[in-house]
Amino acid sequence: MALEFWRAYRENRGALLGLAVVTVIVILAFLADVIAPYSPTEQFRDAVRMPPVWADGGTWRFILGTDGLGRDMLSRLLHGARVSLFIGVSVMSVSFVVGIALGLSAAWFRGALDVVVSRVMDLIMAVPSLVLAILVVAVLGPSLANTIVAVTIVYLPRYVRLVRASALNELSKEYVIASRVAGVGPLRLMLSTVLPNCLAPLIVQAALGVSDAILEAAALGFLGLGAQPPIAEWGTMLADAREFIRSNPSLVTLPGLAILVTVVSINLLGDGLRDALDPKMRTS
Amino acid sequence: MKMTICAAACSALLMAPAGAKTLVYCSEGSPENFTPALNTTGTSFDAARPVFDKLTQFTRGTTKVEPGLAESWEVTDGGKTITFKLRRGVKFHSGVNGFTPTRDFNADDVLFSFNRQWKDDHPYHKVSGGKYDYFGDMDMPKLLEAIEKVDDYTVRMKLKEANVAMLANLAMDFASIESAEYAAMLDKAGKKEQFDQVPVGTGPFSFVMYQKDAVIRFKANKQYWGEKALVDDLVYAITPDPTTRYSKLKAGECHFVPYPRPADLPEMQKDKTLTVINQPGLNIAYWAFNVQKPPFDKKEVRQALNMAIDKKSIIRDVYLGAGTAAKNLIPPTLWGYNDAIKDYPYDAQKARALLKKAGVATPLEIDLWYMPVQRPYNPNAKRIAEMMQADLAKIGVNAKLVTYEWGEYRKRAQQGEHMTVQLGWTGDNGDPDNFFFLRGCAAARPGGQNLSKWCDKGFDDRLNKAKSLADQKERAKLYIEMQAIEHEAAPDMKIAHSVVHEVMRANVTGYKQSPLGAHQFNGVDLK
Amino acid sequence: MLKYFLRRIALTIPTFVALMFVTFVAIRLVPGDPVEVRVGERGISAERLAHFRHELGLDQPVWKQFADYMWQLVHGDFGTSLVTNQKVLTEFAALFPATIELGLAGMLIAILVGIPAGAMAAVKRGTWYDQLLMGISVTGYSMPIFWWGLILIMVVAEGWGLTPVSGRIDLIKYYFPPVTGFMTVDAWMSGQPGAFLDALHHLVLPAIVLGTIPLAVIARMTRSSMLEVLNEDYVRTARAKGLPPRRVVGIHALRNALIPVVTIIGLQVGTLVAGAVLTETIFSWPGVGKWLIEAVGRRDYPALQGGVMLISAIVMLVNLGVDMLYGVINPRIRHGS
Repeated sequence: MALEFWRAYRENRGALLGLAVVTVIVILAFLADVIAPYSPTEQFRDAVRMPPVWADGGTWRFILGTDGLGRDMLSRLLHGARVSLFIGVSVMSVSFVVGIALGLSAAWFRGALDVVVSRVMDLIMAVPSLVLAILVVAVLGPSLANTIVAVTIVYLPRYVRLVRASALNELSKEYVIASRVAGVGPLRLMLSTVLPNCLAPLIVQAALGVSDAILEAAALGFLGLGAQPPIAEWGTMLADAREFIRSNPSLVTLPGLAILVTVVSINLLGDGLRDALDPKMRTS
Repeated sequence: MKMTICAAACSALLMAPAGAKTLVYCSEGSPENFTPALNTTGTSFDAARPVFDKLTQFTRGTTKVEPGLAESWEVTDGGKTITFKLRRGVKFHSGVNGFTPTRDFNADDVLFSFNRQWKDDHPYHKVSGGKYDYFGDMDMPKLLEAIEKVDDYTVRMKLKEANVAMLANLAMDFASIESAEYAAMLDKAGKKEQFDQVPVGTGPFSFVMYQKDAVIRFKANKQYWGEKALVDDLVYAITPDPTTRYSKLKAGECHFVPYPRPADLPEMQKDKTLTVINQPGLNIAYWAFNVQKPPFDKKEVRQALNMAIDKKSIIRDVYLGAGTAAKNLIPPTLWGYNDAIKDYPYDAQKARALLKKAGVATPLEIDLWYMPVQRPYNPNAKRIAEMMQADLAKIGVNAKLVTYEWGEYRKRAQQGEHMTVQLGWTGDNGDPDNFFFLRGCAAARPGGQNLSKWCDKGFDDRLNKAKSLADQKERAKLYIEMQAIEHEAAPDMKIAHSVVHEVMRANVTGYKQSPLGAHQFNGVDLK
Repeated sequence: MLKYFLRRIALTIPTFVALMFVTFVAIRLVPGDPVEVRVGERGISAERLAHFRHELGLDQPVWKQFADYMWQLVHGDFGTSLVTNQKVLTEFAALFPATIELGLAGMLIAILVGIPAGAMAAVKRGTWYDQLLMGISVTGYSMPIFWWGLILIMVVAEGWGLTPVSGRIDLIKYYFPPVTGFMTVDAWMSGQPGAFLDALHHLVLPAIVLGTIPLAVIARMTRSSMLEVLNEDYVRTARAKGLPPRRVVGIHALRNALIPVVTIIGLQVGTLVAGAVLTETIFSWPGVGKWLIEAVGRRDYPALQGGVMLISAIVMLVNLGVDMLYGVINPRIRHGS
């Protein structure tokens, strides 16, 4: 089955590209400590705002130049990959687990629990994503951890709804009802019938969720509400670079490109997953 | 080269009325409202200033007090009574919000302006929130005994104790004179809250309109009694982002821009189409030692720490050049500045030696408090704290960095919970007393603003004496002596005064930078 | 039909109440005293602190504060800004037209460009045009628009000088009193030559930035929807009957393909609002998005609270409207379960 999946996936060139780029980024993030030439927080007071090596005045000492405080851009971008992927994966994992738990419970127990869970999810979806995230961070205070909390809250409903709808659908099927009557426990039922059926869309949602989380976290960082300095986060780097938009445009283009490339490749990956896993879900 | 896309219709507009000059000031924020008595931020004061006058005023570009709406005054009774003779023939703006004044400015307006802030039962006291922060902060309720109208053009102010700085207080924005007649008109129409949204005053410009968060428009007051406006229209384009302000300045969409980013300054200074001016601000950033907590009760220890810090690096890396190292509490732009004082040198060796002499065993554990927010005199207290921590480690002092949420921080510091703490001060009225009280004995009580909790009789006596003398030269002498005393005792380390830069297009003439940070546009022309 | 609508409305109300509760609790959770935090170096005396706390109702028990808050909300009082002392609703109303103008312009661009592009891609499926569009589309909705805006300013506004850098109109050349709050409409109504064009000129870049993500999503959705429809039997029948292809595509196919697209457009309102916060910040566009961010920075909690409530309420209403519209367009939904 795995081979079949791979064959289907391979057909999509965009998806392959996405996979390749994501792999590269993940490897770079993992090895950031090793391959980064400098520490991302070390300030070189004698080399402030150096341009990248290909521009006038650039040197090989700082391949991608340095920022306003003299920190090496290459190192910061590499560590930033780490931070962004960390945020993305954390948000995705937590919402995945919590989402499944909530969705399954709501579908199984119905009644008051279902109503409460559904209403809360509706509430979260009623507030525009960034506005809600801003509210959460305004309350908890800006930091890396709170960014993860805020973005998780914002994206939770998608997982819950998906699982709940799928579970409800399964639970109404005759063979499931029969099993219940026969005394099969809820946990086993969930694991054997419900989850496998919503696994495909869940996985796709998870993949796309990582990219959404990265974008949302970068937006918070840009607004000054994310990870605080000196942590190298791409959105925060962009905010810091804003004042240098005329004098050192590379400080603005590089972090933004990093975000864009990462998010695009994850989205391509997710789309490829969707197309390969379930042709019914294909949008083309 | 900038191309402007301009349809043929555009050229028709270039036939604007000949000579209608519009000056555009790109301001950094929106005003809270248009009544200075209710505000505390420079942004709000700037927004209302074109419309109002005060009894006394600062000569443009200085901290010198000169007659405003009060033509002259007499100080009697040992400094406890001031009798003001009001200027005649001064007209309030006509046509704003449907108001047409039927009389000239007189004593009723003065009484209205102060009683509104002072008396709880005044009909306008509670309008728009009822918070008159500056009136309270400058201790006006404590100082004022009475304000009386002697006749239409004479007002007498009786003080509870002599305080010469009152004249400087009256030149501050909160003491702007409003129109009692306009207030009465709005009261009758049941629209009191409009009083603070659509202002009427006697100033060099009259208010036209405010588009929230976007633009404020003023028109020149042709009947102004004082230094007139040289342009016809004044526009505040509200542009919070400094980079955008710079872009607009370059494009000619603004003529004047405050608070440029330090990073843009070199480019601005090289640009021939722009003029950059600067001045140390009326502020100070300091690092106070709590003399009630050993070993800071020993003068040598405090002096040693003064010598241990590399101030130059802080100015360069944290202030990014927009600061100047401080050696006194007051900035050099203020009268009474003691330039003869020599700042403590940066000398780690000497610092170590001094510590040893004081009998302090190293490593010494201290705390180092820093503010979590940016202040006008300190762009990044955390960064400064980290740099100081590194410098202190070199002389065997281990500093633990501590911070609290801003309100909490200030409260605890005033209680004296710290060993060492960063804070600062921004001057309000251009009077040295407004700075030096921070080291007086009265402020050293728990909850007071003297964060060093240092009390020196010689210093304090001079402080109180200077408050009561009318002669500025005599006062200056006292302040100079006080600075010497303070320097020797070293209850704190003076970090820096921030330097305020302003940028304008080269064709803007006549602008004078105010040491108080005020932006004033009468007398400013566009060539 | 009516039952369906009433049911939808009824579902919104508890959500709104829950929202009130959550924003109230959230604001109360912020560390630090709301009065203290806005005081400067001078500090504040205990009496004055007590006085202001009393004015804000902070010395009341929490349940009473909440009750008062609910009572005020029901009467349309969304609080008073700590900074300007004006009613939050007044401030919001003054700034909202600017956000609507920007949002409508962005959505217009997204629709006018996205739908034709997506339809074309469906028709030309598999060609380079299709691939290109899909590539651009993915890039579009992966775009960090705060960065995109900066790049466009850098290149288009400052580099090529094609558009102004910020603001809504040239303040030196034009002054007309605001009537509707929509700069384009007011400029048109003022009759001043060139004013309308100038307002549009200022609107272009921010609208493009804001509309980028909706454009990408709409284009993609149109494409997939069209593809589905083009495969339907009735389309093949129409073709077989010999109807000219343009008529087949343009009228029959597109009209049916648009049904799901309409839903997507409605769902984009939330995205537009989130995008407006970022776009307004970058372009100094005086709307509610920028105001909300400033409220956070200035610790203006009533404004933050009221702003979140108002924005969410409006988004909910729009979603409700779209749901109803969808119900009208697609009868199956109305009568289904």
